[in-house]
Amino acid sequence: MSERNTTENIYPRNPKKSYALMELVKGQGFQTKKQPEDTVFVWPHLLYIELIAALVFLAGLLWVCTFKHAPLEDMASADTTPNPMKAPWYFLGLQELLVFFDPWLAGMVLPSLIVVGMIAIPYLDINPKGVGYWAWKERPFAIWTFQFGWVQWWVFIIIGVFFRGLDWAWYWPWDDWHQHKPSSGATLNDMNVILEGWGMSVSAANMSTYIMTIGYFAVFMVLPAILWRKFSRNLGFARYVTVWGLMALLWISPVKVFLRLGFNIKYFLVTPWFKV
Amino acid sequence: MIDRLAKFVRDTQIWQSVFRHGYPDNDRNQSLIMFSSVLLHLHPVKIRRSALRFRYTMCLGGLSAFMFLLLTFTGIFLMFYYVPDTRQAFQNIKDITSNVFMGGLMRDLHKWSAEAMVFLVWMHMFRVFMTGSYKAPREFNWGIGVILLTLTLLLSWTGYLLPWDQLALWAITVGTKMAEATPFFGYAGPWGQQLGMRVDNDIRFLLIGGTVVGQSALLRFYVLHCVALPVLITLGMVVHFWRIRKDGFSGPL
Ligand code: HEM
Repeated sequence: MSERNTTENIYPRNPKKSYALMELVKGQGFQTKKQPEDTVFVWPHLLYIELIAALVFLAGLLWVCTFKHAPLEDMASADTTPNPMKAPWYFLGLQELLVFFDPWLAGMVLPSLIVVGMIAIPYLDINPKGVGYWAWKERPFAIWTFQFGWVQWWVFIIIGVFFRGLDWAWYWPWDDWHQHKPSSGATLNDMNVILEGWGMSVSAANMSTYIMTIGYFAVFMVLPAILWRKFSRNLGFARYVTVWGLMALLWISPVKVFLRLGFNIKYFLVTPWFKV
Repeated sequence: MIDRLAKFVRDTQIWQSVFRHGYPDNDRNQSLIMFSSVLLHLHPVKIRRSALRFRYTMCLGGLSAFMFLLLTFTGIFLMFYYVPDTRQAFQNIKDITSNVFMGGLMRDLHKWSAEAMVFLVWMHMFRVFMTGSYKAPREFNWGIGVILLTLTLLLSWTGYLLPWDQLALWAITVGTKMAEATPFFGYAGPWGQQLGMRVDNDIRFLLIGGTVVGQSALLRFYVLHCVALPVLITLGMVVHFWRIRKDGFSGPL
């Protein structure tokens, strides 16, 4: 049986069969605007690149394995609690957020919103430009927004990995990492308590924190519509609200860090059910 | 002589049943090999020359997939020696690193490729964003990508518990502590207690099968890590790759 026969049987040059290799013809491909010279066969061109990339990467990994071994500490024991307790590095950004937010927010709600927000990106970005090449200039809004989140993610991870020691206190690389840090002594206050200190009644102070929180989101909802009218009109109502709602959330960590470090504020919103 | 032998082998029924075409050194065979092999069929037959440019993708998606294959390979090796029992697991790992032939290398490789995969997937996402490759018609595939990223993180994280050392126990303890703060479904979360959540019936209890990270948690994480999540991520990749083909690759013109 010759090769040709087998091939003919499996891939008959029969135009009635919907999936088959019909024929190879010389001449122009049907890719518009592109000459056939622009295309190359995947075998061998792309497959070579993939093979080389895989082998080089594997070699790199093997090299790492020669001097760095997977860690193994003492056997797990409920009796000795390590200090600090650290999550794996890729989650340390979220763990670092625990300094600033309660676990329900830092550990559950914000991560879920990150996932949902990321999935939403293609449906929110209506700018058709800048596809198919590394671009900055044509889509400044998308890029700056994404970078803002991306940089936050890594900054919090780096802090968690390299700057957090005993009791989750801040340690510089040159500090003695076995010595406990004295607590800073600063007392953290809730926003409503601060306002009461300024002479507000309890209920007025509570009410003010609600109003300020709503105001925070309101600024994100209203200001862009005034500043960037055309951009806002193009987005349409649903996209506009989603984009700026998510943007308000994207700013919430930097804002909280600022309030905490600048003004020793523990929570800026205190409700009977949760605190932010 | 060698040519004659090669021809003889190539003409046997066995060879012909496996390879449907001659060596891919001409256009027709280079097309057929891509058609006839299910694995290579993930690729198109021809692509634009410019899409080959390393600078565009930096092979990040491909390397993520390669990491998954390597992890499957080394992971199966580790499974031969590992029992998800709190009394044995730690000793199993010690044995793998010191007594099993190639065991140490396999464990190191499994560990470092897992970390590399997390990093590569993040970088791949960064590339896809920066080149605008998520825009129509690829919106859905970006979404699949986000799910793949989440699954990658969960895979890494469930594996973290398995060595059953101090690092594992307490990292997972901190992590699962978050679950009890889930709004509505965790007993320490907003509206949790109002909805009747207790430490022994909330979502964290479901995740770790107890009130502390113990035997049930180890078994659950083992099953998630070795069966459930790999199956899910494989399905996700199947859809992801299929859609890259169907939506068209965004590469430079
Ligand atoms: C397990 C994780 C993943 C694997 C194995 C994977 C694999 C791949 C591969 C092999 C490609 C072909 C081009 C390239 O190599 O860059 C690709 C393209 C793509 N990936 Fe992924 N990916 C993963 C995760 C993600 C994530 C997290 C995202 C985004 C959030 C994503 C979005 C996309 C999109 C939109 C394309 C099409 C790009 C284009 O047409 O230029 N993928 N992926």
